[in-house]
Amino acid sequence: MLTLDGLVIQQGDFRLTADFTVPTGDRVAVLGPSGGGKSTLLGAIAGFIRPTRGRILWNGEVLNDKPPGQRPVSILFQENNLFPHMTAEHNIGLGLKPDLKLSESERAQVNAALIRVGLDGLGKRKPAALSGGQQSRVALARMLLRGKPLVLLDEPFAALGPALKNEMLDLVNDLAKETGATVLMVTHNPEDAHRFAPQTILVAEGAALPPQDTDALFANPPKALSQYLGNPNADE
Amino acid sequence: MAKRALGINPSTLIGWLSVALVLVLTLGTLLAVFGRAEGASSIGPSDWVAVRFTLLQAGLSAAISVILAVPLARALARRRFMGRGLLIALMGAPFILPVIVAVLGLLAVFGRNGIASTVLVWAGFDPISIYGLGGVLLAHVFFNLPLATRLILQGWLAIPAERFRLAAELGFSCRAVARHLERPMLRAVLPGAFMVVFLICMTSFAVVLVLGGGPRATTVELAIYQAFRFDFDLSKAAQLAGIQFTLGALATVVALRVSAPMSAGSGLDRVVMRWDSSAIWLRVQDSIIMLAAALFLLAPLAAILVAGTGQVFRLPPQVWLSAERSLLVAMAAMTLTVLFSLTMALNVVRLRHRRRLSMTIEAIGYLTLAASPLVIGTGLFILLFPIANPVALALPVTAIVNAVMSLPFALRILKPAIMEVEQTYGSLADSLGLRGTARLRLLILPRIRGPLGFAAGLAAALSMGDLGVIALFAGPDQATLPMQLYRLMSAYRMAEAAGAALLLLILSFALFWMFDKGGRMNADT
Repeated sequence: MLTLDGLVIQQGDFRLTADFTVPTGDRVAVLGPSGGGKSTLLGAIAGFIRPTRGRILWNGEVLNDKPPGQRPVSILFQENNLFPHMTAEHNIGLGLKPDLKLSESERAQVNAALIRVGLDGLGKRKPAALSGGQQSRVALARMLLRGKPLVLLDEPFAALGPALKNEMLDLVNDLAKETGATVLMVTHNPEDAHRFAPQTILVAEGAALPPQDTDALFANPPKALSQYLGNPNADE
Repeated sequence: MAKRALGINPSTLIGWLSVALVLVLTLGTLLAVFGRAEGASSIGPSDWVAVRFTLLQAGLSAAISVILAVPLARALARRRFMGRGLLIALMGAPFILPVIVAVLGLLAVFGRNGIASTVLVWAGFDPISIYGLGGVLLAHVFFNLPLATRLILQGWLAIPAERFRLAAELGFSCRAVARHLERPMLRAVLPGAFMVVFLICMTSFAVVLVLGGGPRATTVELAIYQAFRFDFDLSKAAQLAGIQFTLGALATVVALRVSAPMSAGSGLDRVVMRWDSSAIWLRVQDSIIMLAAALFLLAPLAAILVAGTGQVFRLPPQVWLSAERSLLVAMAAMTLTVLFSLTMALNVVRLRHRRRLSMTIEAIGYLTLAASPLVIGTGLFILLFPIANPVALALPVTAIVNAVMSLPFALRILKPAIMEVEQTYGSLADSLGLRGTARLRLLILPRIRGPLGFAAGLAAALSMGDLGVIALFAGPDQATLPMQLYRLMSAYRMAEAAGAALLLLILSFALFWMFDKGGRMNADT
């Protein structure tokens, strides 16, 4: 269970508060206007942004002082999710051991992960020789191997076309079900939320609201959401 | 921001040791020099003449280089033609060209028996007299016109293309473009370019050693060498070193005030689209300027090539031995420069959120830009004299001094490269727990291979061609190739000198090419 306990993030004029829990195994969309603080929220949970006040806990353990690599978190960014100078295998292998000194059995695990995401035989290729969708699959295979219980998606599929993006979201869905991971997915597209996430965290006007039932939320949107939905250009 | 957890590892430690070494070599040697400069001042009127000449030649060299560089940079900025890339690359070549080779080449063209003099005599004029102020200026312009051109060209390319488009839209003439776009840029860029060249010429040694000398054309650097080498008057050498340092420090302060630019060495391949300068006479003018510059830069090299080609394989064994020594020194200096600059750059980037500390480390790395190798050499001699025979250590000392003299350039190349890697992939690496040595081995080194090879190539070539500290220390059997070449020239063995110069030229460029190419081979982006 992820707990944000009285969390405040202050960066100059920007301020974001959050105070809620996300039960283990939930799939949650993080929705709201751009500039609203969606990425900031994920950045704080992943350990890239230091909260001004409050605590971030996973199953009761305080994460605030842990460096990103030691948190129970896998995060996929909007871009730069793979090292371009490494083969797909090595990129995935980093999820097992950051120094890449892999044993025979670990190499077999890497291979199995490649097969699981549908990249059988492409392990020796570097990212430049893979399509956008295949690159995403490599990142997902690494996520799978890391086996972290909390997965954060900061719009990693934004550059893919709609069909490919849905394919990736379905794959994330399957992988999350297999591993029992909790998933937080940033999106500004209500359709993605409907498709992927039974729960939605609305981030607007300086606050991240507790997760609500996605369908109910859209059926009866609060003011901040209806403003956002009604006028997609409002960035304030 | 969360702290980047790189942890304490060997590279961090070596980075701090590098900082300490640079401080010892610059400030430490300076203290040694001041400590030794006791007793009654032996600085006489002739030394004040040297101070005056130092400032005069540096000022004139900088002024001429910068003034000539403006039309050349303008031509390069606004013309698109075959070989433009080559010409710009040629502008970068003097940086790694051994000074002593260029001087020999200039003598072959502009010397008493040179091509230019021969033509003049044939036409009924007196031959050119290259020794003295004229020769020093000629050589300094040869080296610094290309540098000034590159610095000013950067200024031109930094003017946003939209401004030129707007100027075209408004129907600006060439003159109006100059007034509204180019002159404001030049006002910002020229003082910095002037100071960079001024600083370089102030500490220039090999040029003055060969072309200067005598009571009327001696710089402070040369006076240090003479006090040290001929009179073995350490106290006087130390006092002169103090003067040289003071001049250097003052000039550096001025240079920092005008925010001197540093050549980034890349990104000059863009052409500014211009609509105001298509007039035929402007095109002719630009062509003549570029041709003249190319001729001026290429003729001395061509002269070396012609005179040296037949000689290389007839060179006496001691020249080959000195070449071997130089290669060893160059490899050692290159290794040290890479070690120092890489570890210092890593520390600078790692500590970037503690701005003041990070900037201090970087500034220390740039200290040797203003330092004089002869002052460092004098100080090292004073420091080493009580504990070891400095002459026996001539080659190691040369390698170390060469290494720290190349450090600013290497740091300038590596720091932005590492910074970019951290900014692009740092978050991913952090989230994967990639730290310490693994981060260096798997992320940073593979991604900075190109810049690392470039820096290594520069360091190797600069050391290969250096004639500075070695002139202070070298005994008869310890000459490096540049030193050997100087001895051949002093003995008027010009045919052998041409052969040795060609050998040195080939070795310097080959070293640079090898490392630079090695870094870029199979590089993935």
